[in-house]
Amino acid sequence: MIRTHGLTKRYGGILAVDDVDLDVREGDVYGFLGANGSGKTTTVRMLLGLVLATSGTAEVLGEAMPRHAGRVLPEVGALVESPGAYPRLSGRANLRVHDALGRGRRSGRAGRVDDVLDRVGLGGVDERPVASYSLGMRQRLGLAHALLGHPRLLVLDEPTNGLDPQGIHEIRDLLLELHAGGTTIFLSSHLLAEIEQLATRVGVLDRGRLVIEDDLATLTRPTGRTYLRTRDVDRARALLDGQVEHVGEDHLLVRVDDVAELNALLVRDGVRVTELAPERRTLEDVVLAATVAGSDRIERG
Amino acid sequence: MIAVELHQLLRSRRTWVTILMIDSLPTLVAVLLGVTEVGPRPGTGPAFLSAVLTDGTLFPLAAIAIVLPLFMPIAVSIVAGESIAGEAQQGTLRYLLVRPVARTRLLVAKLVSVMVFVLLTLAVVAATAYVTGTLLLGDAPVAATTTVSGTTLTQQELILRTLLALAYAMLSMFGVASIALCLSTFVDAPLGAALGTLAVLVASTLLLTLDAADSIAPYLLTRYWLAFVDLFRDPILWRDVVRGALLQVVYVAVFLGIAWANFATKDVKD
Repeated sequence: MIRTHGLTKRYGGILAVDDVDLDVREGDVYGFLGANGSGKTTTVRMLLGLVLATSGTAEVLGEAMPRHAGRVLPEVGALVESPGAYPRLSGRANLRVHDALGRGRRSGRAGRVDDVLDRVGLGGVDERPVASYSLGMRQRLGLAHALLGHPRLLVLDEPTNGLDPQGIHEIRDLLLELHAGGTTIFLSSHLLAEIEQLATRVGVLDRGRLVIEDDLATLTRPTGRTYLRTRDVDRARALLDGQVEHVGEDHLLVRVDDVAELNALLVRDGVRVTELAPERRTLEDVVLAATVAGSDRIERG
Repeated sequence: MIAVELHQLLRSRRTWVTILMIDSLPTLVAVLLGVTEVGPRPGTGPAFLSAVLTDGTLFPLAAIAIVLPLFMPIAVSIVAGESIAGEAQQGTLRYLLVRPVARTRLLVAKLVSVMVFVLLTLAVVAATAYVTGTLLLGDAPVAATTTVSGTTLTQQELILRTLLALAYAMLSMFGVASIALCLSTFVDAPLGAALGTLAVLVASTLLLTLDAADSIAPYLLTRYWLAFVDLFRDPILWRDVVRGALLQVVYVAVFLGIAWANFATKDVKD
């Protein structure tokens, strides 16, 4: 669905995006992670033809961007950074304007607008101007914009920005529903938890470079070590000599082939076990190991 | 895109308030002239104003001469200056472009919308001025109108020449609109584009009063704006009108060219 090759953007002397090769497949929920200032938004803008790449190529839905934007973009729904709307018009009027700019005929317009408003939870919205909307309502309206025209690909930049926990949950369900219906979703975010709950594949950007791109399941699969929490750390350590890879205050990391055997051995020897589980890396561990702090952190020095 | 743009223009309350405000000045002038019957001495004051006391049908032209040097350019600068920069500031520009609306088409739609605004304003000003002129001011000859040169014009000729004058005024405003649109593709704030355009106008007007700037005077934007008065001489004095029209065409071509070249390759980051 999205494939880039050597995508690079340079602003003056600053390399914002550096030689990025993305591969988003049909049916993915692709989590695009990166610290603030890592080049996520610039990449998204290049995919949509808003920013022109310094070098490299981008293909969206199998066609070159931005050359074939006219054919590609009608099939793409986008929310780029913050939602944008005419402040003096109502949410419904804004959607009507955008629908009129798309391919849809006039006859079904009201129905299409009501449909997307319902989907994002603004079905009962009145004719108040958007200027009076709360941040969460604007965000929902932005999502409604993106959903107009049943896009095959959704490109969403921080879609849950400004929503309360209830709203975040709702939007997550909406995205999962769309995904189940066959929509491919490219989700850019710096919220690890959000990506971990939604994504099937993950790409991580660090200072403009794509440092990780893999299935979420692969990234967070068991490491092969076993996490053992016990009150008798020293006895367990002596017992398992040679297999212990890490000793903590109240836990050990052990490399064994058979966890059931390990458990039996510990019990037989009277070691009091509080927890025994395969060690898993969280997405946070993976991302933190691969990246440095975001550009909003400025050290003295 | 053009239809949507026009719909937005005509729906906007601001459009009509602006037109009303522009229209109020010539109307006020008509009322004052009608009440006091004191016109400027021939040869002084805005064009046609001395003639309208005897012939109210010339007042639409006087009204255009009143609004053209200042009111119209300010309104056009603001409307055209807002076209691209305003969308960028509201955060709607990127959503228009990903809908997608092709960049060139967006530029054309904005330009058409500005020119419709100009046409609308001039039409309202001329129509109001015709009504106030015939009601409040002199209505001496019914069949024939006196030209600036003293000869008479038939009704038909008067209408034709008035339309020509309106077209000329529109072309003059087209030049202003092009500059404002061009600046609008460069800056992030609509006010910047509007004020930049006004700066060009003020500079042009100022240089025209300076004898030392005589050599560049024929190329200044505002030099021939009021040349449409020459359309009401007998015979018509074409020289300045033609020069003015050509000059505006050059300004329009240059600034729209720059606007297009810049906008078509611009990184949309706001």
